Amino acid sequence: MHGFGYYDPTSVSKAVAILDDKPEARYLAGGQSLVATMKLGLSAPSDLVDLRQIPDLRGIRLERDGSVVTVGAMVRHAEVAESRDVADRIPALADLAGMIGDRQVRNRGTIGGSLANNDPAADYPAAVLGLGATINTNKRRIAADDWFHDLYETALGAGELITSVAFPVAEKAAYLKFRNAASRFAIVGVFVAKTRQGARVAVTGASPQGAFRVRAMEEALTREWSAAALRPIDVPAAGLQADLHASADYRAHLISVLAQRAVAATL
Amino acid sequence: MTDITERDASVRERAATARATRPSGPIGARIERKEDSRFLTGMGQYTADITLPRQTHAYFLRSPHAHARIRGIGKQLAEHMPGVLAIYTGADLPESVGGLPCGWLITGTDGQPMKEPKHPLLAQGKVRYVGDPVAIVVAESGDQAKEAAMMLQVDYEPLPAVVDVREARGAAAVVHDAAPDNTCYVWALGDAAAVDAAFARAAHVTTLEFANNRLIPNAIEPRACNASWSAADDSYTLYVANQNPHVERLLMAAFVLGIPEHKLRVIAPDVGGGFGSKICLYAEETVCVWASKRLGRPVRWTAERTESFLADAHGRDHWTHAELALDRDGRFLGLRVKTTAAMGAYLSTFSTCIPTILHATLLAGQYTTPAIHCEVTAVFTNTAPVDAYRGAGRPEATYVVERLVSTAAREMGLAQDEIRRRNFIRSFPYSTPVALTYDTGDYEACLDGAMKLADVAGFPARRAEAQARGRLRGLGFSSYIEACGLAPSNIAGALGARAGLFEVAEVRVHPTGKVTLFTGSHSHGQGHETTFAQVVAERLGISIEDVDVVHGDTGRIPFGMGTYGSRSIAVGGAAIMKACDKIIAKATRIAAHLMGAPAGEVRFLAGTFAVPGTTKNLPFAQVALAAYVPHNYPLAELEPGLDEIAFYDPTNFTYPAGTHICEVEVDPDTGATQVVNFSACDDFGNIVNPMIVEGQVHGGLAQGIGQALIEACVYDRESGQLLTASYMDYAMPRAADLPSFRLDNRVTPCTHNALGVKGCGEAGAIGAPPAVINAICDATGAKEIGMPATPERVWRALRAQRS
Amino acid sequence: MKISVAVTVNGKAVSAEVQARTLLVDFLRDSLHLAGTHVGCDTAQCGACTVLLDGKPVKSCNVLAVQAQGAQLTTIEGLAANGALHPMQAAFRQHHGLQCGFCTPGMVLSAIGLARENPNASDSEIRAALDGNFCRCTGYHNIVKAVQQGLAEMA
Repeated sequence: MHGFGYYDPTSVSKAVAILDDKPEARYLAGGQSLVATMKLGLSAPSDLVDLRQIPDLRGIRLERDGSVVTVGAMVRHAEVAESRDVADRIPALADLAGMIGDRQVRNRGTIGGSLANNDPAADYPAAVLGLGATINTNKRRIAADDWFHDLYETALGAGELITSVAFPVAEKAAYLKFRNAASRFAIVGVFVAKTRQGARVAVTGASPQGAFRVRAMEEALTREWSAAALRPIDVPAAGLQADLHASADYRAHLISVLAQRAVAATL
Repeated sequence: MTDITERDASVRERAATARATRPSGPIGARIERKEDSRFLTGMGQYTADITLPRQTHAYFLRSPHAHARIRGIGKQLAEHMPGVLAIYTGADLPESVGGLPCGWLITGTDGQPMKEPKHPLLAQGKVRYVGDPVAIVVAESGDQAKEAAMMLQVDYEPLPAVVDVREARGAAAVVHDAAPDNTCYVWALGDAAAVDAAFARAAHVTTLEFANNRLIPNAIEPRACNASWSAADDSYTLYVANQNPHVERLLMAAFVLGIPEHKLRVIAPDVGGGFGSKICLYAEETVCVWASKRLGRPVRWTAERTESFLADAHGRDHWTHAELALDRDGRFLGLRVKTTAAMGAYLSTFSTCIPTILHATLLAGQYTTPAIHCEVTAVFTNTAPVDAYRGAGRPEATYVVERLVSTAAREMGLAQDEIRRRNFIRSFPYSTPVALTYDTGDYEACLDGAMKLADVAGFPARRAEAQARGRLRGLGFSSYIEACGLAPSNIAGALGARAGLFEVAEVRVHPTGKVTLFTGSHSHGQGHETTFAQVVAERLGISIEDVDVVHGDTGRIPFGMGTYGSRSIAVGGAAIMKACDKIIAKATRIAAHLMGAPAGEVRFLAGTFAVPGTTKNLPFAQVALAAYVPHNYPLAELEPGLDEIAFYDPTNFTYPAGTHICEVEVDPDTGATQVVNFSACDDFGNIVNPMIVEGQVHGGLAQGIGQALIEACVYDRESGQLLTASYMDYAMPRAADLPSFRLDNRVTPCTHNALGVKGCGEAGAIGAPPAVINAICDATGAKEIGMPATPERVWRALRAQRS
Repeated sequence: MKISVAVTVNGKAVSAEVQARTLLVDFLRDSLHLAGTHVGCDTAQCGACTVLLDGKPVKSCNVLAVQAQGAQLTTIEGLAANGALHPMQAAFRQHHGLQCGFCTPGMVLSAIGLARENPNASDSEIRAALDGNFCRCTGYHNIVKAVQQGLAEMA
């Protein structure tokens, strides 16, 4: 691993100030992806700005009479998985957090780190898209639909820092994940939600560009929230990820199966 | 191997009654392991834990190409990096340094010896696989060595590469000029004409074609070494994560570096798993030994996991066409097998004997198939070398036989147990048409035992219940045989072995009657410090607390062949018995002298020498003391001291066998397979420590199930890159991937070693893969599903069934 | 960049100067000479390097030493007290939950961490909870039995 400078500021403004000063610096959240890529020489930031000392980035809060669950950017996956508030309001989100990586990773990895990294097979993007969450940064609020740009690319600007993620509570929601037996990332993960604005279906793992919504499924589910409503919908394989672990055809098929099962699980 | 006529009746009798005579002794007891205290408290000492004074650190630069010519290597930038002490490439190795040797010469059907191209320690002229070591950088720290290695400028001219075992012959890429068609040898065993005749009169022929998937062993401790040289006496010490330190020393000293053997001490301290991958002599430790003298400082290297994937010897990688001829009653008439086996880019230490001596000879399985012929084509590919991995050849053979047998049963409408019962060998000794003589066994007993464990009778109800939930259940049988403790040396030598196959034990009785056992076997998880202490304690009638076991050090142990092929208890254990016998023989004479009785009248039982019919008796410790304080001692006829060495060369292999039954549940929508039950009923002969034996079976089953369901080493066909070069892409079985196992055993004691033991280390990895695949075929109705049976493969097989 | 890291390891306050890039596992092994924490991979998957950080299992090969500033760390060396094995260590020994011993420190610490999260874990919950620890020797069968007993005795 290359050498780097290290800072552990105690406030968001101090953290952002360091990044403003050092364009090659990176924020360090849980480090479960970043440290690993640095070890492999795939990433070599000039400095790391460790966010662990910043109280404003922690904690899970219920807002707007409990209709929104806001998760601080430095909240670890295990905290979300074990949170009573999350389990009460959006159990699918707690389930999803409990499926990320492995137990040790869940004890370190954070939601902010996961979303900033935007691995195309990560789990959180499915929940963020599937629930229509809002990503709050030190500068602005970004809707989930505007967040995901491409493989490892997001709407996050240079030096911009995620502070929290606000998840609107859905009427019904479920996440099902078909794991890569090696990495435990999603070969396909499908998040379905019945929200006030209609149904949402978000898929992770299946596209080289990252998480995406399946509009045809959403329309069908908005008309009728049932697994049967999804059955006639053919998910096209074109453009889906094809690799050592699964073909595009198989991923397309899994999207269909998992979406139906996820809907069934909410009934 | 067929010549096992020499059968010592007394040995056989002792083996058969070894347990009955002293049921309360240490042998057969579930004794907690002596070694566990240090492992559980972090006090184990693995190679990477050892730091020597003036330690330096090595990093190996490896080829990024599957095949390329090296036009030149620029060292200038790297040499001036901080902390760099030395950089050596293949060109820096002197003429006197040889290539890595192959331990088994195979002679082809054309009468010619196998092609044996030089295996240089560091690439010379060409690189032949991704990961092929090109240069060593030694520096003051590991980071410095690695950073400098990244600054080496290697000018490669990429060449065409071939990585697929099926495509090696006739490929445009030529791995070695000495083998223009990439063929190392074509070898055959068995009577081809008899097999042709059998097929001519067959009522039914079952044919299958499949791969035995390439695996990466993945001991959790990566390979490591720490080599040092002493100017005081021009001697070397090598700490290395290795399964057979004496073999390592012999090969390295005599065949590669030209060091006098007595000037090289090899220590394999605590070793974190081997599974075959740490048998071989590798380039890295050899270069470190050489460099330690050049630098006059100790050189340490620890593989990163990525390097383990790239450059540990891999396992399996066969492509096989197999046919079984049966009569109308389902009796086997003949078996014809054609296998192409990958050797990888170079011949690793035991690579060549695996698809031949350890594979073709096992093709009779548990059955009376009268005619068998197997042709093996070994090919070079631009991949990491292939060598022993748990089972080594025997899993491949069992896969061929048991897939054919189960498929034939389904095709002919016979029950899985019935087809096996009709063909089991029932009379022993039994000479197979593929050169082995099985000494003993009771295959039906294990089949019955496994069926009971697996509740085969209740399966139809479970299948119906699963069907009601939309799931497919299947049951798969596998009745495997294994040959352990490769032997005897003279016959193995006639077949091409370049090493002996005996084992060595030294039993040193100290003056107080405590014992240190020095064994040539090596424990890297097998629990020898406990099992072997049980054997000594049983034989000498002392407490196992009074026996310490020393292994893994050529400086302390007379000699040894190490641990592989489930040989430790069968060969190493028998050597211990022989050394104990020598101790008892001498101690009996000392005791006779002390008690004033003729030696012929003295009996040794439960740790006491006594003269039956008298009150005369002496405890073992008192006789030991007399041996070292020989005041009242027959000095004229007996040397003082009580320390005996035994070399034991077995007269035959041992033949563990058993039946495994796997029950799977398949999700037809996703193709995901779950092993819901796995039952194994094995016959390992007598058992010294049932707890340890069960643990060995569990571990083997996990690796066998891993092979069948998730593990696969994959190279990119175009680029020759290793696609599964980390745990992100190579699936290792985790706890939730496996069921709890149901185990039972039956005992037919081995007839030709003093313990009546057969070995147990590989059985699980041998028996499990066909059991799993047979179960998936049963669940899905597919005739063939490739390993690993990933969800997508199963889903595609189901889709093909439907259309 | 040298940074002073102060942590409590196995109940003892320790501090050392490290590089910012020093991994926690290297800090433990090289600076503190606690070699019982093992390194089995470079992608933070095998779990051999698992230690408890403020009571929770983490992979010390994927945490920078500086990230542990001020933390309470427990390594395998800190479990046995006065020569007596910790109940989880004793359970591993009794059930033959280890063979080569290399994954064992991480496995034991991962299991001890489970006592806080799910002290009554079932067989399948234990298997799921060991998702971050590889063992190549035991097939996990005896590890699961050992963890069951260890959890019961820790309760």
